[in-house]
Amino acid sequence: MDALISQYIDPYYLRILMLIGINIILALGLNLITGVTGQLSMGHAGFMSIGAYTSAILSMQMGSPFFLSLLAGAMAAAFFGFLIGIPTLRLEGDYLAMVTIGFAEIIRVFFLNFEPGGKAVGLSGIPQNTTFLLVWTLVIIIIILNAKLLNSRIGRAFYAIRENEIAAEASGINSTRLKVLAFTAGASLAGLGGGLYAHYMYFIRPQDFAFMKSIELLNMVVLGGMGSIPGTILGSVILTLLPEMLRIVAEYRLLFYGALLVILMIFRPNGLLGDVRVYDIKKKLQGKKVGLWQSSN
Amino acid sequence: MAVLQLEEITMEFGGLRALDLVDIKVEEQQIYGIIGPNGAGKTTLFNIITGIYLPTGGRVVFKDCLLNKMHPWDVARQGIGRTFQNIRLFNKLSVLDNVRVGSHGVSKSGFFGSMLGLPGSRREERIIMEKAQQLLELVGLGDKKLEYADNLAYGEQRRLEIARAMALNPSLLLLDEPAAGMNSTEKAELMELIWKIRNEMQLTIILVEHDMNLVMNICEQIAVLDYGRKIADGPPEVVKNDERVIQSYLGAEA
Repeated sequence: MDALISQYIDPYYLRILMLIGINIILALGLNLITGVTGQLSMGHAGFMSIGAYTSAILSMQMGSPFFLSLLAGAMAAAFFGFLIGIPTLRLEGDYLAMVTIGFAEIIRVFFLNFEPGGKAVGLSGIPQNTTFLLVWTLVIIIIILNAKLLNSRIGRAFYAIRENEIAAEASGINSTRLKVLAFTAGASLAGLGGGLYAHYMYFIRPQDFAFMKSIELLNMVVLGGMGSIPGTILGSVILTLLPEMLRIVAEYRLLFYGALLVILMIFRPNGLLGDVRVYDIKKKLQGKKVGLWQSSN
Repeated sequence: MAVLQLEEITMEFGGLRALDLVDIKVEEQQIYGIIGPNGAGKTTLFNIITGIYLPTGGRVVFKDCLLNKMHPWDVARQGIGRTFQNIRLFNKLSVLDNVRVGSHGVSKSGFFGSMLGLPGSRREERIIMEKAQQLLELVGLGDKKLEYADNLAYGEQRRLEIARAMALNPSLLLLDEPAAGMNSTEKAELMELIWKIRNEMQLTIILVEHDMNLVMNICEQIAVLDYGRKIADGPPEVVKNDERVIQSYLGAEA
């Protein structure tokens, strides 16, 4: 199948499609934490690097099978998500953002000095097991599970915490537990994305997971529309394509990139799909069958 | 037997004593009013009952269960629903979802059950959905299910808060100024609604309210707070004619 795909698709485009898929997985994880539950996390690349290094080291040095490495990477990231979730019991907004930035930096500096991870040089020779088919199968599964989750009791509770924590608690929502849950779930997706990334890129270095990567992922969620699955997907696609398309302006790339973001946020402050009323569309389409998708607007 | 018993509740914020040895006893299926001037400590009392504040002194006993040190969500799960003085809705969720969130404390689908759509949680979803629809009909918002909560008119938002609190299947409902900002027609409808809820669902209601007409009409017992002290309690006729209440709150008849 993959041989077939690579026969018909130019390797350059194939590579972009792979990165889009991986970014969707990463951004959907961050969307759970920041978009849906409203906990500003600016260290998502930290979770990603944990998944990347864990799975890469397992594959290369322990000879673990690919799927097991991926799983272990996701679990390791989930564990750290759980750990970092605990301070969120006490912190909010800017303060939480600072803690998550600090966390991601600690992880990066740790890997800079981590012998089995090749220190600053990084790891190279990671088996390239990540295939197009695998990435996009996972993307589809994750989108479906995400949509189901967000349209359920737990998903609604996540949104409720974002919207009004005191009212959420008065409805019997244990906000402490659910915030940690959101962090754990979001981090596990970051870990999975990191593992896929490592086994696609062949080599990884600590600076691949620096602060800018976290910001890039946050941009995808914010640009697309906080808490919206279609929005997050669109944000990931655009922000993966944009730097490629801006290659023509060469060294002014970052300038254009920044300006575009500013313009977009001026004209659509809620994100591209953040205020698209799925309610209205549904109402028009099928006046009767309500309540299926309104949470995942 | 008293459903809710507040014993010598004291609340201090720094040097300020917001509540001072307040005793209140609410009987089963009563509509109980708490009145008093601004800053008398009415909302503070609600926040203590619902676990938002930990009282400096005293005990909150609900059906033989001590609530003092419980988290707000555990208090809610005991069957105490509430509304807020300054409306707290989930603005960017639909009206329907606001009420469905209200069922959180009385449902139990977990993370994986929800995500994988297991039969148990699908069944529970159907029950939650049905219940939410009923409650929205009850408060007269049946045709606004898909609106965003923040697009509702003020009076509608207050009624939505009541529906959300009712989704907990509470045995005690706390209403914090339910009539604030309502016109007289809406107030009359609200009174009907409160009666209906009490009679049909057999629950106990405590309300904080400034509208004397509503309070005197609807409440069977009233407590009056002033500067954190309870200065009177009893049935409306008694409270209405109490010398201290007239002086500090109602004002002398012109």
